[in-house]
Amino acid sequence: MQLEQMYQEIILDHYKRPHGKGLAESFNAEVHHVNPTCGDEITLRVTRDPVDDQKLLVSYDNQGCSISQASASILFDQLNDQTLATGEQAVDHLVAMLQRVEEPNEDVLGDGIALVGVSQYPARVKCALLAWMAWKDAAIQALGQEVSTEGEK
Amino acid sequence: MSLLDVATLRKDFPILSRSVRDGKNLIYLDSGATSQKPTSVLDAERNFYETHNAAVHRGAHQLAEEATIAFENARANIASFIGAQTNDVVFTKNATEALNLVAYSFLNATLKSLTGAPLPAGAQRFVLAQGDEVVVTEMEHHSNLVPWQELCAKTGAVLKWLGLTDDGRLNYADLDTVITARTKVVSFTHQSNLLGTINDVAKVSAAARAVGAIVVLDACQSIPHMPVSVEKLDVDFIAWSGHKMLGPMGIGCLWGRNELLASMPPFISGGSMIETVTMEASTFAAPPQRFEAGVPMAAQAVALSAAVDYLQAIGMDKVAAHEHELTTAAIAALSEIKGVRIIGPTDSHDRGSAVSFVVDDIHPHDVGQVLDSLGIAVRVGHHCAWPVCRRYDVPATTRATFYIYNDLNDVKALAAGIKQAQEFFGSN
Repeated sequence: MQLEQMYQEIILDHYKRPHGKGLAESFNAEVHHVNPTCGDEITLRVTRDPVDDQKLLVSYDNQGCSISQASASILFDQLNDQTLATGEQAVDHLVAMLQRVEEPNEDVLGDGIALVGVSQYPARVKCALLAWMAWKDAAIQALGQEVSTEGEK
Repeated sequence: MSLLDVATLRKDFPILSRSVRDGKNLIYLDSGATSQKPTSVLDAERNFYETHNAAVHRGAHQLAEEATIAFENARANIASFIGAQTNDVVFTKNATEALNLVAYSFLNATLKSLTGAPLPAGAQRFVLAQGDEVVVTEMEHHSNLVPWQELCAKTGAVLKWLGLTDDGRLNYADLDTVITARTKVVSFTHQSNLLGTINDVAKVSAAARAVGAIVVLDACQSIPHMPVSVEKLDVDFIAWSGHKMLGPMGIGCLWGRNELLASMPPFISGGSMIETVTMEASTFAAPPQRFEAGVPMAAQAVALSAAVDYLQAIGMDKVAAHEHELTTAAIAALSEIKGVRIIGPTDSHDRGSAVSFVVDDIHPHDVGQVLDSLGIAVRVGHHCAWPVCRRYDVPATTRATFYIYNDLNDVKALAAGIKQAQEFFGSN
């Protein structure tokens, strides 16, 4: 059944018990992305790691469907404390996988390969990409900015 | 026993016999977004192109004459469907454009008044001053909200709105405070596309009339589903779309009071809408042509006229009664499911067939996906009425809407599908 190919157990696990949800207080960049057709939203913050400032710590808060929620949780597993290059590679591969241009690569996407079933439902691809596009936006901004905190905003 | 012979009606709609998602029978519960089209409508459009196709209102060859007659006969038939005079109905590309036409009449009259040039007789009613007020409601579709927001942003007018009660009705108690001596226009929906609520037009109109405001009605969700007569509604403009009432996409309508249409400056300008043109300036045709620049959608008008014939053959009273039966059944069936909450009135009086709901712990997108896997087409999201979702503190809803080709089996399938979604996501 197609439905179960999209909603694999691993997706439902991430949805019900999301990893890393909750916003960090200090951050270099914050973005808010929405999917205007359905109202899914994510606020995502990126902070440069004090030990290695080329690595980016991720925090987020979001609301939306199981696919968008699970996808954000998977992103946290894969990209928290990773470099821009690593993250961009993952985003590019996720896009290619959802367009069925590339076969799922677990080394690059981890649990994200379970999102492959979404490619059968074009209307849901945006749900799967929401967090990743937000991360890319925030990561590029963060690498050009100083640390700020919520209180100073 | 249903009031309509749904099984027979369904044979008129070719698309309803197709299957979706691995051979499932299609159960179409998304007519609020767009209705399906009967063969007679499809044939009318095809027949126009096959036998009469020409650009209307230009040329004197036989095809041009036939096309023009077909187009204007369609206008007459569509106008009579709502008890209107033929020339008081303007064709637009959709209801959104019809509402924009009215909003832009205010903007264009206001801009023109700022130049000091004389305004056409009666156009002063469309001139907005800083601090004048535009009133809508919190249940509007974006198409009857955003154009007014834009108008206010450009003119310095102030947007105000009637709020909603917890049970999904307009808060009429606010009428006297929201509508004031500064109110120049009140624009509101006849029936909410998300909540299903049918509003008390007379009550809102009376408050608007008392202060001399122009009254605009969004009838997208009412004209396809119930008898609507301009003579019985005390409003100045009515906007609606063709594709939600069995007609084709690409055509909408604006009905306006004759004297108001006559005083309004043009919206979109160009060919067909002029009286005389020189290199310096132009004068404009009388309505409705003044508002129909460019080659109009004649084939779509003819097809929409066929849709009107189809609905009239059934009878709009019967259409409304049939939908009322399905709505009542849907509210009852959904109310019995633990964890399901209807967003909108849960009693079926003054209520149309849009039934929006949320399911505990399952996002509307996911509910819709499970229903889709069963062949049930519903709408998910904010339904272009995002403020309504915010008002009821839900990110989105799942919405089923019923029309003439639906029956009680569809209601049962919907309820069973929701339970299946709950099982699938383990939420109940």
